[in-house]
Amino acid sequence: MTQDPEPHLNQVSSKKHTFSEWIEKRFPVFSTFRREYIQFPMPRNLNIWWAFGAVLCVTLLLMLATGIFLALSYTPSAEEAFASIEMIERRVPSGWLLRSLHMAGSNLFLVFLYLHLFRGLYYGSYKNPRELVWLSGLLLMLMVMMTAFAGYILPWGQMSYWAANVVIQAISSIPFIGEGLAHWLMGGSSPSDLTLHRYFVLHFAMAFFIIAVVFIHVICVHVVKSNNPKGIEPKTKEETLPFYPYYVAKDGVVIVGAIILLVLLAFFFPDLLTNSENYTPANPLETPANIAPEWYFLPFYGILQLIPYKFLGLLLSVGSIMVLFAVPWLDRSPIKSANYRPLYRIALFLLVLSFVMLGIVGKYHSHTGLIWLGRLALFYYYAHFLLILPFSARFELKRTLPTSLLDEKGHK
Amino acid sequence: MVKPIKNVSFLFCFLFTCLFIPLISYAQNKPAYKQYPWSFTGIFGNYDLSSVQRGYMVYRKACASCHSVQYMRYADLQQMGLTLDQIDKIAKTDQILDGKDASGKDLYRAATLVDYLPAPYSNQLMAKSVNAGKVPLDFSRYGMGMGQQADYIMAILMGYQNPPADFKPDQEGMVYNQYFPGHQIAMRSPLTKDGVKYADGTPATIEQQAKDVTTFLSWTAHPHLIERHRIGIMVMIYVAFIAILTLLVKRKVWSNVK
Repeated sequence: MTQDPEPHLNQVSSKKHTFSEWIEKRFPVFSTFRREYIQFPMPRNLNIWWAFGAVLCVTLLLMLATGIFLALSYTPSAEEAFASIEMIERRVPSGWLLRSLHMAGSNLFLVFLYLHLFRGLYYGSYKNPRELVWLSGLLLMLMVMMTAFAGYILPWGQMSYWAANVVIQAISSIPFIGEGLAHWLMGGSSPSDLTLHRYFVLHFAMAFFIIAVVFIHVICVHVVKSNNPKGIEPKTKEETLPFYPYYVAKDGVVIVGAIILLVLLAFFFPDLLTNSENYTPANPLETPANIAPEWYFLPFYGILQLIPYKFLGLLLSVGSIMVLFAVPWLDRSPIKSANYRPLYRIALFLLVLSFVMLGIVGKYHSHTGLIWLGRLALFYYYAHFLLILPFSARFELKRTLPTSLLDEKGHK
Repeated sequence: MVKPIKNVSFLFCFLFTCLFIPLISYAQNKPAYKQYPWSFTGIFGNYDLSSVQRGYMVYRKACASCHSVQYMRYADLQQMGLTLDQIDKIAKTDQILDGKDASGKDLYRAATLVDYLPAPYSNQLMAKSVNAGKVPLDFSRYGMGMGQQADYIMAILMGYQNPPADFKPDQEGMVYNQYFPGHQIAMRSPLTKDGVKYADGTPATIEQQAKDVTTFLSWTAHPHLIERHRIGIMVMIYVAFIAILTLLVKRKVWSNVK
């Protein structure tokens, strides 16, 4: 093991590599890669929470690789969709494996996405100068949610159909333009053949738009560099480590951990993620007893269920994501990491709790006992962003922040 | 200075909260009927293929007159351990609808390996009219939900007890079932003692038939379960090996960072 891996990596262009030199002069891909993925300085104190970005990239690639091959055997029509999924599962060679990986992958995608988002909130990764990283990330989250929603419609089972129907109802509740907008998005007043065609194209095309926005997101991170658990910017070279090999090795461990989760879900517990109701073909004449979206939409579905006025419910549900876009400007505290913000840390814990509570309400919305608990959670969710974020900084006593990323073990 | 909380503990808090939801749902849905030790539950679960085959025979005899398995072809039955020749022999005994003759009458022919298992009714209206207004369920995916669903199917099949004295069906043709939601079901008890004769000599008690057909229904919903578990275990061993390697690499790489 060399003490400093950098020197030999600087010399890519020896005489033998004339072809790469030729390319390099015209399109500096090699030097860019070296600068951004080998020498790239990372804060030396990053913990496991910083690995989920890399994990998400791998998950996205898995979704593309399996999705493209699933699309080869899928038929996006109301007549054929359900049967074509059955064909993939029963007769296409390894079709069950592809679909199993795609379904487990989609669930893990959202798990990692929520963890990644929480990391940003906890360590203040949205603060100056990383506002654009935060905004592009939120845009990505919206796109992933749209893609996941469109993907859930494709099997055209009972839940696919009725989930689409719930969304149509919600959109129709917008005053004046609602009906027209729902018609335009769905191709009719109820989910139909047209809806399925549109959502298949949306699902497929969106995957590639997501890749484009991932590039923007990553470029933003590489311009302003990563935040870290202490929330102070490294000032010297000693406070950083090159991306290769240190964080390649560290991210690698977490990626393999994610693969273990994927294997467990896809091979041993696929039933954990499937709603057996969705293995009954869509039937517009028969409403299922309990319509529920996938777990990752449950909190937003819960908000819809809590508010008796449909349009207000829709506003609050969509608003719960939109408010995140304003977070860099709502948070008035100059301290980034919640490790040094005792009040905010408790508030954030309560935020997670109320988000989970809203999810429970979404799942068991027929239990009337949960409604007021749910409304309390909803109130807190908004209060956290609109009251606690702007004003908590005033009540947090002056904290002494560490001066360097190095000093943790040296002085204490 | 506030002591930073160990970050991994946060991760565990997070995962624990996420686990909370399935736990609640499990506690809520705890069934009131008997639970059987099915061979196909758990991560090493496996189908007893002879039971699946017996279950298929029960299905043909007792269920197929009303319930379809419309997404399965005869050739798919290979995965229950039958050879193509054996399946061909079974297929030849079934008649399936294939087009019309010159005068517009339905034409029937013997089924072949590539045909879908035959549907008992040619359309939903017909199915409804002869079954007290309810379309009999398709069985392709009826067994989704593993052990819990299997226990439920078992409970229904064994639940045709003597009705209580005050039992009055809301609708003509409904019968009493102890475990069916609402206790009224359009299906009459489908199983009779020795209703089928098993080729392997297993005594065909009602409970045995119910167990076999339940296993068959779970199998039609998870036709790749055996293969999935087998490959899954191999993949798991491989990934565990890779995990150890990456961990060692990570420790080695980071060993010079003070």
